[in-house]
Amino acid sequence: MKRLLAALAMITTTAAAQAEEVTTFTLDNGMEVVVIEDHRAPVVVHMVWYKIGSADEPVGASGVAHFFEHLMFKQTDILESGEFSATVAANGGSDNAFTSYDYTAYFQRIAADRLDLMMQMESNRMTNLAITADNIATERNVVLEERNQRTENNPGALAREQFNAAQYQNHRYGVPVIGWKHEMEQLNIDDALAFYDLYYSPNNAVLVVAGDVQPDEVRALAETYYGVIPSEPDLPERIRPQEPPQRAERRITYTDPRVSQPYLTRSYLAPERDPGAQEEAAALVYLADLLGGSPFTSDLGIALQFDTQTALYTGASYNGSSLDTATFSVSVAPATGVKLSEAEAAMDQVIADFIANDIDPARMESIRTQLRASEIYALDDTQGLAQRYGAALSQSLTVADVQAWPDILQSVTEEDVKTVATKVLNRDQAVTGWVVATQEDAR
Amino acid sequence: MFRSFIALTLSLFATTASAEIDINEVTSPGGINAWVVEEPSIPFIAVEIRFRGGTSLDLPGKRGATNLMMGLLEEGSGDMNAQEFQTAREALAASYGFSAYDDSIGVSAQFLTENQDEAIALLRQALIEPTFDQDALDRVRAQVLANIASEGKRPNSIASTAFYSAAFGDHPYGTNSDGTVESVNALTQSDMHEAHQRALTHDRLYVSVVGDITPAEVGPMLDTLLGDLPEQGPELPDNIAFSLDGGMTVIDYDTPQAVAFFGHAGMKRNDPDFFAAYVLNNVQGSGGFESRLMNEVREKRGLTYGIGTYLVPKFHAEMMLGSVASSNATIAEAIAVTRDVWADTATNGITQAELDRAKTYLTGEYPLRFDGNSDIANIMVGMQMIDLSPDYVINRNDYIEAVTLEDANRVARELLQPDNLHFVVVGKPEGLESTPN
Repeated sequence: MKRLLAALAMITTTAAAQAEEVTTFTLDNGMEVVVIEDHRAPVVVHMVWYKIGSADEPVGASGVAHFFEHLMFKQTDILESGEFSATVAANGGSDNAFTSYDYTAYFQRIAADRLDLMMQMESNRMTNLAITADNIATERNVVLEERNQRTENNPGALAREQFNAAQYQNHRYGVPVIGWKHEMEQLNIDDALAFYDLYYSPNNAVLVVAGDVQPDEVRALAETYYGVIPSEPDLPERIRPQEPPQRAERRITYTDPRVSQPYLTRSYLAPERDPGAQEEAAALVYLADLLGGSPFTSDLGIALQFDTQTALYTGASYNGSSLDTATFSVSVAPATGVKLSEAEAAMDQVIADFIANDIDPARMESIRTQLRASEIYALDDTQGLAQRYGAALSQSLTVADVQAWPDILQSVTEEDVKTVATKVLNRDQAVTGWVVATQEDAR
Repeated sequence: MFRSFIALTLSLFATTASAEIDINEVTSPGGINAWVVEEPSIPFIAVEIRFRGGTSLDLPGKRGATNLMMGLLEEGSGDMNAQEFQTAREALAASYGFSAYDDSIGVSAQFLTENQDEAIALLRQALIEPTFDQDALDRVRAQVLANIASEGKRPNSIASTAFYSAAFGDHPYGTNSDGTVESVNALTQSDMHEAHQRALTHDRLYVSVVGDITPAEVGPMLDTLLGDLPEQGPELPDNIAFSLDGGMTVIDYDTPQAVAFFGHAGMKRNDPDFFAAYVLNNVQGSGGFESRLMNEVREKRGLTYGIGTYLVPKFHAEMMLGSVASSNATIAEAIAVTRDVWADTATNGITQAELDRAKTYLTGEYPLRFDGNSDIANIMVGMQMIDLSPDYVINRNDYIEAVTLEDANRVARELLQPDNLHFVVVGKPEGLESTPN
């Protein structure tokens, strides 16, 4: 094993020297700008992130944030419906958009010398969209079919929707991003325009440009196209109903004949990454890896898949990128002949043992090493870096927070993980969900 | 050193001549050929390895052997069991991927420059000395069986499985490469060793390497990694003609959105008309929001979230395929519109404006694919497998540009066969019934 230890020491030395080249500034109208340089290929990723997501929607209009994302590809005062994407394609680029709980983002990936045109069009649709009732009717059918495809046809997605709704009883994270079907069917042009007028403004947006560009050139273009758009004086402060303390365990069984493999998930409310306070989130990253990261080396994997044949699959996951309270979850798919109740008991025993016992320092060091290396591998993916900054800034973090994150991850100790595990792994703050094909499987 | 060394400097971007990619063709001292791009700016290396053959090499009665074997390479080798192997891999922060496809198997690796020798030694152990321990075999077998069961309940899988079965029957393309419950349950350790000896052989090997490594260093590295593999693999399966007639197969399944998988015979990758077909398909069904099908079925009518068509030139058969999903109440209309578009394109062809737009997109998009070590490694190994030379990277856009409207519309008449389209629909589609065989 000596060779491996020597290798670890070497990773420490170079990883610290590697980092993306980032420049940031803010336009006079409040629009934040992040420029990430990568000159390996003459390609640019141009992204505009709006700090508005499904969790900011008005009550009764679930799905409007995502629906509006679709409408942004329709006509403006100078672009015909569909012309935006057609123009990107005609210049050899590709474009798309995505909506989440905390943000809505639009991006193009294209030859770097077309950045000017991208900014011209993207800035145009920030304020000049000219949608009609016809657009609404047709596109509403498209998003309903999208919901059919992603959710209605997928028992796992339907179960997740139920579990989230049970997890968040006051916060809008309990409502699906795509919307509840009965509310999506009622979305109208007034919902859409009210949303657009208020939230699509430069002081509610982050521009991320990544690739073969110079920061000065990006600044000049950004000032030309985005800098001239007035800020929205009535932009409301982003205050969302928060989740009250959960005081009792919640349990749900979702039954659907389309389920082929029964499984269970346990999802605990957990702290997210906050500005200047990312330490607990960093410890939770380790906790997820230690409990259920790899089936071969994690506690759940070893106990349920190797030492005993209790489970077919095990896992733990945590994503601290969230504006408000996040979740930490563990899941188990039992082996043939093992009841869900037995699998859950075995899972709870692993969790209890984790809290009772010391953490193996070698496992901590292995995770540290992999996290360091992942920063090197991440440099190969410019769009991934752009997303990292865009999401963070839309979720109240700062550029400094993003850049501090790798070092905070490196400084997590065994004690930090134990402390956060004891705090988070509390069944009174969790939803346990069983997913089965028949009632007979739910035992 | 190497037996041959050819460096080609390729300018990918007409507009920005500074962008270049140097593809080095290397032959190792042991005779392994590889394409190498040195990219020292990030201290890691991406390796992509393919062996032709893949799950089509499964022996009679052993369907699923190659797939299960590939799943076991990371589950114990040399003197390490699965957990020891993974612990060693994690300590190196290397990642290895093992995949099985119809016509090939794939091995992907990413590792840091500074522990490359250890990372290669560990990967070599997995590729050359897998142990196929009985407990690992049983554990992964259970996962494969769960996957087979799950595919049996997914509308998309139900549709494509039925389509391939009807089109290819007993040929390996006609059955699921995971195998059946029966065949997978019967697989033994000796089946794994046999599948391993058949699937990873020198005569079917393709390699690309991209990253922080010089071409001179690659040859010895590959000899260490792959030198001890068997020389020759077994015969490949025969070619097979696509034999599904036009029509409709409805498979009853209780789900709100019906899924349609459709297609007819296609075109070989080395057909002189392939680029015309490729441009044509972009106009009709694969060009994002601008394609004819996307415009008619989604943008104008709101019948679907997405519809796409694909040229699928496999090694032993070629198809033109597509898929669309729509509510049970509207799938019939979505399919009717699809048939109409197909017939219209076949009869009337595409316009000069559509051709020009597709060419601009395809030629502009191509260089954007080359923007990461792993991406470049993947492209290069794929090119080798279909017998392209490195200068294809330079010439490819010229092939697209050379397609004339006459070419595209002649190919539209020949390739698109609206009456031969066969749709497999899974769901409770209103107004659709299976056609008689």
